Amino acid sequence: MAKVNYFLTEEQQMIVDLAHQIAVEKIIPVRARLDEIEEFPWDIMKDLAQADLFGLYIPEEYGGLGGGCFENCLAVEQLAYGCIAVTTTFAASALGAYPIVLFGNEEQKERYLSDIASGRRLAAFGLTEAGAGSDAAGIKTTAVEDGDYWVLNGTKQWITNGGEAEVYTIIALTDKNKGARGASAFIVEKGDEGFSFGKKEKKMGLRASATRELIFSDCRIPKDRLLGRRGAGFIIAMKTLDLARPGIGAIAVGLSQAALDESVNYARQRVQFGQPIISFQAIQHMLADMATQIEASRALVYAIARTIDAGEKDISKLSAMAKLFPTDVAMKVTTDAVQILGGYGYMKEYPVEKMMRDAKILQIYEGTNQIQRNVIGQALNKEYARR
Amino acid sequence: MLRIDIEKCIGCGECEEVCSFGAITIVDDKARVDEESCTLCGTCVDTCPEGALSIEKEGAEELDLSSWKGVWVVSEIKNGLFSPVTFELLGKARELADARNVPLTAILMGYGLRDKADELISRGADRVIVVDSKRLSDFIDDAYARVLAHLAKKEMPEIIIAGATATGRAFIPQVATILETGLTADCTGLEIDKESGQLLQTRPAFGGNLMATIICDTRRPQMATVRPHVLKALEPDTSRKGEIVDFEPPSELLDSRIKVVESVTEEQKGPGLTETEIVVTAGRGLEKKENLKLVEELARCLDGAVGATRAITDAGWISHSHQVGQTGVTVSPRLYVACGVSGAIQHLVGMQGSEIIVAINKDKDAPIFDIATYGIVGDVKEILPILSKKICKERGLD
Amino acid sequence: MPEDKVMNIVVCIKQVPDAESVKWDHKTGTLIRDGVKSVINPFDYHAIEAALTLKDELGAKVTAVTMGPPQAEEAIREAMSMGVDEGVVVSDRAFAGSDTLATTYTLSRAIKRLGDVHAVFCGKQAIDGDTAQVGPGLAVRLGIPCVTYVSEMEVINGGKGLRLKRLKEDGFDMVEVDFPVLVTTLSTLNTPRVPSLKAKMKAKRAKIPVWTAGDIGADKKRIGLNGSPTKVHSTYIPKFEAKREFLEGSPEEQVDALIKRLKEAGVI
Repeated sequence: MAKVNYFLTEEQQMIVDLAHQIAVEKIIPVRARLDEIEEFPWDIMKDLAQADLFGLYIPEEYGGLGGGCFENCLAVEQLAYGCIAVTTTFAASALGAYPIVLFGNEEQKERYLSDIASGRRLAAFGLTEAGAGSDAAGIKTTAVEDGDYWVLNGTKQWITNGGEAEVYTIIALTDKNKGARGASAFIVEKGDEGFSFGKKEKKMGLRASATRELIFSDCRIPKDRLLGRRGAGFIIAMKTLDLARPGIGAIAVGLSQAALDESVNYARQRVQFGQPIISFQAIQHMLADMATQIEASRALVYAIARTIDAGEKDISKLSAMAKLFPTDVAMKVTTDAVQILGGYGYMKEYPVEKMMRDAKILQIYEGTNQIQRNVIGQALNKEYARR
Repeated sequence: MLRIDIEKCIGCGECEEVCSFGAITIVDDKARVDEESCTLCGTCVDTCPEGALSIEKEGAEELDLSSWKGVWVVSEIKNGLFSPVTFELLGKARELADARNVPLTAILMGYGLRDKADELISRGADRVIVVDSKRLSDFIDDAYARVLAHLAKKEMPEIIIAGATATGRAFIPQVATILETGLTADCTGLEIDKESGQLLQTRPAFGGNLMATIICDTRRPQMATVRPHVLKALEPDTSRKGEIVDFEPPSELLDSRIKVVESVTEEQKGPGLTETEIVVTAGRGLEKKENLKLVEELARCLDGAVGATRAITDAGWISHSHQVGQTGVTVSPRLYVACGVSGAIQHLVGMQGSEIIVAINKDKDAPIFDIATYGIVGDVKEILPILSKKICKERGLD
Repeated sequence: MPEDKVMNIVVCIKQVPDAESVKWDHKTGTLIRDGVKSVINPFDYHAIEAALTLKDELGAKVTAVTMGPPQAEEAIREAMSMGVDEGVVVSDRAFAGSDTLATTYTLSRAIKRLGDVHAVFCGKQAIDGDTAQVGPGLAVRLGIPCVTYVSEMEVINGGKGLRLKRLKEDGFDMVEVDFPVLVTTLSTLNTPRVPSLKAKMKAKRAKIPVWTAGDIGADKKRIGLNGSPTKVHSTYIPKFEAKREFLEGSPEEQVDALIKRLKEAGVI
């Protein structure tokens, strides 16, 4: 039966095939164990490095493949088909690298991007704090100039890849009184004086990914670690997140697809009342809704990612949509998958309970879905005011 | 024979260097061949920059096959004892030799083995050629291959058979290549064709879906390796008489760049898969790794070995050495208990020779039931504990 | 072997029908060919990985050689997507009907055309033929030592040789051998790497040379059917005996019935 034709180029199809191969051969066989023992997936990170996937979104002059938002979405969708904890680890490195790609000077790019592209160094992005979640402007971490150094103080919370990554992009206040222009972005390296990590968090899902506090206590970094201009911190953060959000949507699509595959396969072989349960309309209708919503999500993510790659500038609304819809779908689809598998679905022997636990984070991280709706709503207000 | 065109030869020595058998020397700036040592492998012909070397081809049809006589069995020793396959081969070779009305010769290669020769005679050999050298104390593929090929060229046997074991499968193909003759791997049956007198060599093909009978009617010797546990050995008869011949190989045949620095025999935990009379095999139907212990428990109660399908070993529940099937080992125990095994053809070919096959599977249409002697349609997780308990009780174990 | 030249490694691969997709109709005794995919022989992935491991450690050019129909270039492209530098398809109608003797001759001619070779890797056997004869036979043709069933590999003598663990039924040998050498690989030797995007793109665009019998200077009498002394005399479909008896009843009853029969047969 025909599949939707998304008109992928030969290279894009290669990315899909390769990422899918890694999901099937390398991720799926170990995902339950990684989840159980909460182990960071270093082996898989090595496979992704070998596959050149860390270089996907890095310009060719720094050893990357120069792909855009769309290529990244294609890769993470397939990886997420295997496990979104592993994929989030991969995607978080991209989140840490984007600010350097977008705003780094030549020296900074030279210094960090080829290592990130080759997978030699993992990156991470640090914005969130205990008191600054949806309200990003509420951050308290400060950076103060001291001769040839910046001195950072404060604590970042729930940072994906915290403790495992080598390169961190950190948003800190440089001028408390300047409001939105009061923050700046910095590159901090693991091993910098005064930079340490809190304990690894225990999570409901996404358990193979590492989530830690980043603790800066008189952390001294050289001046040339300032990323972009002073005061551009929030802009850098917003541009980075705008670029990354369709990727979260793509992760949601991959996860949903995996849940659908499990559901259909199970419904075809599970016999109750003398027939496979897929022959019951109650099940068919659930599956039909799942499949339709997944395809709609995919089409939305692909279209928006391509729009971004076409050079569109004001992308906040679109990017929010590309995150909002697929992640809500993923929550629903994975929940329904557990329902279709019934008691088996609730058991750890089957993969769908993990999918459901994992799915929840998609509605929360990189901006809660409530915040996405705010962004979309405000954009609409602005848009219609101009008419 | 190897011909050297003296006009073309520039005496560069390339051929001398590549010859593994020391058959070529440069004398007075021209290559010279020692026909005794030359195996006609053709390496030199391909190497000569001047095209001065050629191997004269008697068309295969014209080869005088009648001068090749006798049946040879290549024996194999492990830890000072003959591998069972050696006796199995002798049992079958006895039949073949009688059918051809020729003597049966066993080849015994190694070091300090001369006193073992009698045992080969008691198992059916008329003659034993002992190649006893300290330099054969380790198994060195190329040295073993050259010695056997050298002997074969000298004695011209009609048939050579060996075990399809790790060593047999390693060096017998080298022998066949040196002799430029055919070799059939992993045979499960050997017969002499009554009309033509050819050796009919039967082996599984297409993963066991088809049995193919192979002949080698244009070259000699006819060579085959045979899977262990498919042929029947003769009972030892110490009254049998035979001849024991010593052969000292030319020392250059023993030269090898391979050096065995350590040879380790591993303690086996429980009976080995291929040696035991009972195998209990785990399949996907066990559903999760924890349930593997149900199979292990039944194997313990039966004093058998644990086998597994590829799905199970690939999932890492148990090491690949337990894998039964096309890409694993072949077993033919008296009792084979397939637990939650669906019965993919790749698995069936590795165990179809078992005498009694018990299949336990939820799905009554599973292909494993097609070859089962006794089928139990049910959940292995439920059946196995009951079966283990009752068998233990039956055998007086706890 | 020349010291100053870059190390030359050859890996022999074979395209085989995917065991997963091959179905056999037991009733008619025919192979169901519909939808059968061709894949690289599973053991050959480990040969490729071994060659690439050596390349990573010592620096080398790795060339994949396959003998088969022209479509076998897909196998070469896949090997290249893992990091193999070049590949050759040895293909000619005249090769048809090759047994292992003719195959080793043909492969050896092709490999000799590649120049001095330091190491050749082959999978322990191909899953379609299961003979395990090509590796050892090829070594004889190339005049180099062969170590079969290798499960561990380590570079020794400052990059001049290998220490190899060769498995046997009841244990193993550790052997040392200097280059050139031919090694046949077990699946426990290594974990094949995933393809890389860059190599995949390069492989996609690469022109894969096809060498014919003439290109490798093969003697017509030694290739294909002419060069193959073994021939198929006859075939038959193995009968899977359906004397099966289903044991009925509750699990307890089924088990009791089984034990009764096993006791009668004298196996317990």
